[in-house]
Amino acid sequence: MSSALLIEQVLNGLQFGVMLFLMAAGLTLIFGVMGVINLAHGSLYMVGAFACAAVAAYTGSFWLGLVASLAAAAAAGAIVEVTVIRRLYSRDHLDQVLATFALILIFSEGTRWVFGSFPLYLDIPPVLQGAVSLPGGAQYQLYRLAIIAAGLVVAIGLYLLISRTRLGMRIRAGESDREMIGALGVDIASLNTIVFALGAALAGLAGALVGALQSVQVGMGEPVLILAFVVIVIGGIGSIKGALIGAILVGVVDTMGRFLLPQLLTLFMEPSQAATAGAAIASMLIYIVMAFILAVRPKGLFAVNA
Amino acid sequence: MANREKLINTALALLLPALALAAYGMGEPFYVTLATRIAILALAAAGLNLALGLGGLVSFGHAAFFGIGGYMAGIFATHAFNQTPLFTWPIEIAATDQMPVIWLVSAGVAALVALPIGLISLRTSGVYFIMITLAFAQMIYYFAISWPAYGGEDGLSITMRNGFPGVNTLDPLNYFLIAYGLLLLVLFIFTRIRDSRFGAALQAARQNEVRVASIGIRPLRIRLAAFVISAMITAVAGALFADLNRFVGPSMLSWNMSGELIVLIILGGTGRLFGPVAGAILFVLFEFALGGLTEHWQLFLGLILLGVVLFVRGGLIGLLAGKVHHG
Repeated sequence: MSSALLIEQVLNGLQFGVMLFLMAAGLTLIFGVMGVINLAHGSLYMVGAFACAAVAAYTGSFWLGLVASLAAAAAAGAIVEVTVIRRLYSRDHLDQVLATFALILIFSEGTRWVFGSFPLYLDIPPVLQGAVSLPGGAQYQLYRLAIIAAGLVVAIGLYLLISRTRLGMRIRAGESDREMIGALGVDIASLNTIVFALGAALAGLAGALVGALQSVQVGMGEPVLILAFVVIVIGGIGSIKGALIGAILVGVVDTMGRFLLPQLLTLFMEPSQAATAGAAIASMLIYIVMAFILAVRPKGLFAVNA
Repeated sequence: MANREKLINTALALLLPALALAAYGMGEPFYVTLATRIAILALAAAGLNLALGLGGLVSFGHAAFFGIGGYMAGIFATHAFNQTPLFTWPIEIAATDQMPVIWLVSAGVAALVALPIGLISLRTSGVYFIMITLAFAQMIYYFAISWPAYGGEDGLSITMRNGFPGVNTLDPLNYFLIAYGLLLLVLFIFTRIRDSRFGAALQAARQNEVRVASIGIRPLRIRLAAFVISAMITAVAGALFADLNRFVGPSMLSWNMSGELIVLIILGGTGRLFGPVAGAILFVLFEFALGGLTEHWQLFLGLILLGVVLFVRGGLIGLLAGKVHHG
C-alpha cells in the first residue's frame, strides 16, 4: 500500500463527505427552523442532477446546467413547501414522514415519466478535466478537488449567511422560538419558504456535482438521503457545524473502511475470504460508528438545545 | 361507534376468505394469490402496528425484520433443497423445509437483531428514532447486498416452496389459509396485548411518558418489549412473503418496504385492530387497479397517499367508524 494511494483515498473520502454535507446542511436547517423531517430531500437532489444533465445536454455548457440545477431544485423546494410541507408544521412526525414519502413516489415516478428509465450522463466540464499531481507522486482528478473546494466555499458561505446577515438572524431566531419571532412581526411563512428553497438548492447542487461522476438516474437520491440522516444524527439535528463534521467523518470512515478493511483482514484470513468479509463489514461501518456515538451521546455530537 | 368498528372488522375478516374462495371456485389462482399477498402484508403491518399504533414508535426500519424472515425462508429452502447442512461448526445443524420451524427461527433471529437496535434507538425519540431505525435497516440491506453467500444483489430463488405438516402448500388456497390463519392468530394476540397491563402501560407511555415514569413504570423496557415482539411478527410475515413469491432479495430489506409497511397502517387507520387489514386491501387493490391502467401507477399512489395524509386523518377505519372509542 503506497502513500499515494492512501492520499487518494483520503481525498475521495473528503469529497464524499463534502457532498454529504451539502445534503445534510439543508436537512438540518429545515429541521432546525421548521421541525419537519423531509424524506423528499433526496428527490430534490435528483431534480438538481436531472436539471443539470438536461440543460448541459441541450446547451452544451455544464455551467448553465449548474445554474439550472440550483434554480430547478430551489423552485421545486419552494413549490413543495407552499403546497404540502406548510400543512404539516402542526402535525406529528408520522404524518410528515408519510407525506414526504408520498412526495418521493411522485417525484421519482414523475421524473421517470419525463426522462424515461435510462440513466443520463453528464460530462465533467473541460476546464476541470484532467488530473493534478499531489506530493508523493499521486495523480488526482481535478474535478473531485473542485467538488471539495466548492463544498468548503458553501460551508463558509452558509456560516457567514447564518451568523452575519439579517436572514441568518431570523433563521437562528426561528430555531429558538418560532412563535415569538412571528409575534415580533417577522413573516414566518416566507421565511419558511426561503429556508426550504435554500436547503433544496444545496441538495440540487450536490446532485448536479455528483451527476458528473456517476450516472444520473431515478432513485439516486435516497441512498444519499439516508447517509445524510446518519450524518445529522451523528452531528446533532439542527447544527450546521455538526453536519459538517458528521459529513466529513462519515465520508472518510466509509471510504477508508472500504479501502483498508479488506487489507487489514488479510492478516487474519485468506485473501478471498478477507475481501468478502472486509467488504461486508465496511458496508456497515458507518452505521456501527453511528451506534457507538449514539450510545455515548444520544443527541449527537453538537446537539442544539441539549 | 365501537360497535360499528366491530361490524367493519367482521366484514373485513370475512371479505378476504370470501375473495379467496370465490376466486378458487372460479379457477382463478391469480386472485387467490392476490388475497394471500393481502393477508401477508396485513400480517407484517399488524406487527408494526403494535410498535407504531399502540406504542407510538415510528419505526422506519421494519423492512429489516421483514427481510430477515424472508432470508430465513430462502436460506432454509436452499439448504433443504440441496441437502446441505445450515451450519457445520460448532455442531452440524441440518436445514428443514418445514414452515413452523422456519417461522420460529425467523422470529428468533429478528428478536436477536431487534434487541440491540431497539436498545440504541429507543434511547432517543421523535425524528431521531425514525432516522436511526431507517439507518439500521439500511445497514442490514447493504450487508445482504455485499455478502455473496446467499445471492448478494441477485437474491435467492426458492425452488420448492417450504412445506407445512399435513398440508400441500403448493395449492394456492391451502397457502392462503395458512397465511390467513396466522393473520387471525396475530390479530387475536394483538387484542390480548392491547388489553393487558403491558398494553395499557405501552399506550400510556405513548400518551404521557413522564406520568408513566412517575408511577414507577420504566417506559424503555415496555417499549423495547413492544419493539421486539413487533419485529418478530413482521419477520414471520417476511418468511411467508418469500415463500409466496418463491424469491427473496435485498428489495425486501429496502427503505421502500419500510415505507410501504407504514403506509399500510396509515391507509387503514393507525392503532386500529383491523387497520393493517384494511390498509393492505386498499394498497394491493390500488397497486393492482392502477398498475393495470398505467405503468406510472406509483405517481398516482403518491398523490392518493398525500391526499389521505393531508385530508383524511384516521385512515379508512377512522373514516367509516369514527374516532377511537374510549370505553
